Amino acid sequence: MSAHTTTVFAEPGKQEIHITREFDAPRELVFKVCLDPKLLPEWWGPRYLSTEVDKMDVRPGGQWRFINRDAEGNTYAFHGVYHEICAPERVIDTFEFEGLPEAGHVTLETMKLEELPGGRTKMTVQSVFQSIADRDATLQSGMESGITDTYNRLEELLEKFKITQ
Amino acid sequence: MDMFVALADPTRRNILELLATSGELPATAIYQNFPISPPAVSQHLKVLREARLVEMEKRAQQHVYRLNPETLSEFEAWVKHMQQRWEERFAALDIVLEREKKKGDA
Repeated sequence: MSAHTTTVFAEPGKQEIHITREFDAPRELVFKVCLDPKLLPEWWGPRYLSTEVDKMDVRPGGQWRFINRDAEGNTYAFHGVYHEICAPERVIDTFEFEGLPEAGHVTLETMKLEELPGGRTKMTVQSVFQSIADRDATLQSGMESGITDTYNRLEELLEKFKITQ
Repeated sequence: MDMFVALADPTRRNILELLATSGELPATAIYQNFPISPPAVSQHLKVLREARLVEMEKRAQQHVYRLNPETLSEFEAWVKHMQQRWEERFAALDIVLEREKKKGDA
């Protein structure tokens, strides 16, 4: 597996997602860049949307709110509260997408940064949903239709889902 | 029955793995692969059928099971989409980090 592979673990039957990724930069820098309101618009949102930082009060209890905008001016906003800022290793915050039909579907996000040899960093993001249904609905809602390439890759899929017997 | 709920059970995942390697199998052959009773396995097969993860065909006296590729590809798309979303974000972060690293070195 290449060092830059993003790994998503979403074990069936659980209400969380784990994402891991390694970066060619020291931990202090990754931490600093991730929490810099001036730099955040450059990486946080999808490529085809612009990202605007409405609020980003990086301290325990501080609020954040980011707005994604498409070419037609449609907006998608996200907000939450920072629970813990522990430089340079951990950030815990809440996350809610404002575009859902009903409010109150909040996830608890924990980002951890680990030092690796050679000035590299491993990032782990754990996102805990309020229910399994919430998790699966969120992920399914963004699912692209029409991906029907390979069918018989179950073993690979199960591996991705980190299923241990 | 939701496919995610169906996938939550280890025995049911074992049945899917067995079918992935065997192609198709009669129910009786599936029973032989598990230490639990045939009715218990049969119950799991029912859940997998309701979640559309497997298909069953009656052939003479046999119930023959195979994977349902359609539902499995939905599952695959689900993982891929998630991965793509994060990969895009992290690739952008790589670029910012590279630039900031150079600033620090200067």
